[in-house]
Amino acid sequence: MSLRRRSSGRLEFPDVEDLVDPLLVVKDLHTSFRTSRGTIRAVDGVSLTVDRGRTLGVVGESGSGKTVLSRSIMGLLPTREVVRSGSVQFSGYQLEAMPEAQLRQVWGAQLSMIFQDPMTALNPVVRIGRQITESLRLHLRMDRAEAKATAVSLLSSVGIPSPEERLRWYPFQLSGGMRQRVMIAIALACSPRLVLADEPTTGLDVTVQAQILDLLADLQRERHMAMLLVTHDLGVVANRADEIAVMYAGRVVERAPARALFTHTKMPYTRALMDSIPRLANPSHTRLQAIAGRPPDLVNSPKGCKFAPRCPYVQQKCIDTEPPLRSAGSPDHLFACWFPLVDGRPSGLPTPEAKSDRTPEVQSR
Amino acid sequence: MTDVQTGQEGASSSGVDPAVADGSGATAGSAVADGQVATGGSAVADGQVATGGSAATGANGTAPDVVSGPGPGSVSGPDSVADAPILLQVEHLVVEFGSGKRRVHAVSDVSFEIREGETLGLVGESGCGKSTTGRAIVQVEVPTSGSVRFDGTELTRLSKKELRRIRTRIQMIFQDPISSLNPRRQIKDIVAEPLAIWGRGTKEERAEKVRAALESVGIDPETAGDRRPGEFSGGQCQRISIARALMSEPKLLICDEPVSALDVSIQAQILNLLADLKASFGLTMVFIAHDLAVVKNVSDRVAVMYLGKLCEVTGADQLYRAPAHPYTEALLASIPDPDPDRGAVATALSGELPSPLDPPSGCRFRTRCPHAQAVCAEVEPPLEDVAPGHQVACHFPLVNGTRIQRPVPAAATAATAS
Repeated sequence: MSLRRRSSGRLEFPDVEDLVDPLLVVKDLHTSFRTSRGTIRAVDGVSLTVDRGRTLGVVGESGSGKTVLSRSIMGLLPTREVVRSGSVQFSGYQLEAMPEAQLRQVWGAQLSMIFQDPMTALNPVVRIGRQITESLRLHLRMDRAEAKATAVSLLSSVGIPSPEERLRWYPFQLSGGMRQRVMIAIALACSPRLVLADEPTTGLDVTVQAQILDLLADLQRERHMAMLLVTHDLGVVANRADEIAVMYAGRVVERAPARALFTHTKMPYTRALMDSIPRLANPSHTRLQAIAGRPPDLVNSPKGCKFAPRCPYVQQKCIDTEPPLRSAGSPDHLFACWFPLVDGRPSGLPTPEAKSDRTPEVQSR
Repeated sequence: MTDVQTGQEGASSSGVDPAVADGSGATAGSAVADGQVATGGSAVADGQVATGGSAATGANGTAPDVVSGPGPGSVSGPDSVADAPILLQVEHLVVEFGSGKRRVHAVSDVSFEIREGETLGLVGESGCGKSTTGRAIVQVEVPTSGSVRFDGTELTRLSKKELRRIRTRIQMIFQDPISSLNPRRQIKDIVAEPLAIWGRGTKEERAEKVRAALESVGIDPETAGDRRPGEFSGGQCQRISIARALMSEPKLLICDEPVSALDVSIQAQILNLLADLKASFGLTMVFIAHDLAVVKNVSDRVAVMYLGKLCEVTGADQLYRAPAHPYTEALLASIPDPDPDRGAVATALSGELPSPLDPPSGCRFRTRCPHAQAVCAEVEPPLEDVAPGHQVACHFPLVNGTRIQRPVPAAATAATAS
């Protein structure tokens, strides 16, 4: 049976409790796609760490590189026309240098992924029972009966009623929320140490979204599992992530503990993202603070700060030189901005009157 | 779109349309079309709005450069909306699919009305029938029974030909902006199509209107006109869909989840754009979405739907301040708020939507309702006032912070028994 085929070298994973280093350490990760238009720098020098049992929220607009980042960490990118560099250390192993035969021992067992669209991620012609038991049989070498029993308990733990019966169902027989629960059950089947959840609730109803996020949080607590929660909605990660990294144009532009990110926002981009969300507390017809313009083209991105063309506080320095990711005050709050916000106003501006209006030469870019 | 001059006092939908000023031939055509369908009804309606003192509101409306006579679009405050004539009246609307045991009860006895210049939000989970309701208004889904009256015309009894004509004044915007545009056609042809179908104006006049419409939604007609939908992002495609919907100068715009496929930052742009266009084109809107925060932002009134029924209908702010139906409470609680101090959601809804093939007896929400009692299974709660302009269909609504028990209506008991 093809499922049983495995490479010779079996990887040993130390107990999570024995880990000295953080569970996941990503250093200076670059992923580019070569296209006819030029090289798209989708992930452009991202460094981050996730400690065991913790949740890192990765937030950004579409095209900010957050999905490519999670796929680069997994090693789930095509090899043709893709240029990758940087280091991904997971549980002491360097994933970026690992041959695929060994990666297969990591995928699903230690590191798993919840994909955005459960309809395309699930195999439409295979019953969900087999899709769940596949990794149990392969990684944990369970026999049929044991795997089935585990699958039943997994399905009931993700809140699917009459799980025994549902094992025989095909994905199309389930609603979107139920399919996403099946995806979660598959991802969690082997109790991985780290789950990469790529927009796990986008496309679901708000009520179902709340259920799924609560479910993930509960399961995470039970299993001491770390999570990388990728989303475009700051509201989703606000009270569910320990730390939040905001991405823009393939880079992390602000990274901070969740609370600090909201209370002491440094990047104008992060602020703008927060302000664009309609709040229930505001009266109806409140004008939303939309971010003007679009994210930059990743083939010819601006040479200075990538957010400069859309930033309300842009200065000449921002256009000329790219700000590094740095900290000021608290060491765990990083930001890439020359004039970070302090109490909602940019600090260190050279000219006080140039505060709110963008300069004309930027507008024409 | 700066120098807009409207010369016609009584022309209904063309009142503040910037595109109209450019193509006078097209204006005449549309005025005739309006007259044919509504036989003077719309002209009278406009007169009523004008006497309601809205001309003054129009002067300080959001579109500063519009030199305008009476226009329904200038109706902005809640008071003037309440006085405006009813544009759309939906009564006892029922939409069912299939037959016998496989009959899907998509919309069951829904009634509401929308006044001119008003935005009604329709909110609920997927499968609650909100999109079907929107499509049944345009008669894309043929209602099983019930009445849809638009500007004095009963739509359910119109012939196909008459429907086609009146649909120019009711336009829709769909959820997936990319798939709702033909990928093989150029943007300028897509946007011009509503006029091309009706042969309105010359080719040059149409091109001019396309330019104006694209500009009004923030798309540069010079660079975008020759391109195809695949070259645009989701947000831009949605802008193009909106431009296309505005070409036939509709009075009523039905937006079916127009922002759910978009990022929050783009969502804010589109919501602001819709608010601007509503003001400058004098639109009445039905805004369908599952996110109550989005719906609240754009709507004057909100109707909450659950499994084909209306649960609660009231003003947008009132709904948030004092939700009376347990389902509304649950919806409000589910919305992720970007506030790390808000803590865990207390009343997240459990379970799934029951099958619309066999909806629960009595109140349809009772299977998931934390306050359900025996009576909820036996008697269907009617949609009745708990306060002026605030209707709730619940036996145990939350009124002024306390859950009260309503008397069980005798008529309803008889109806369920029979």
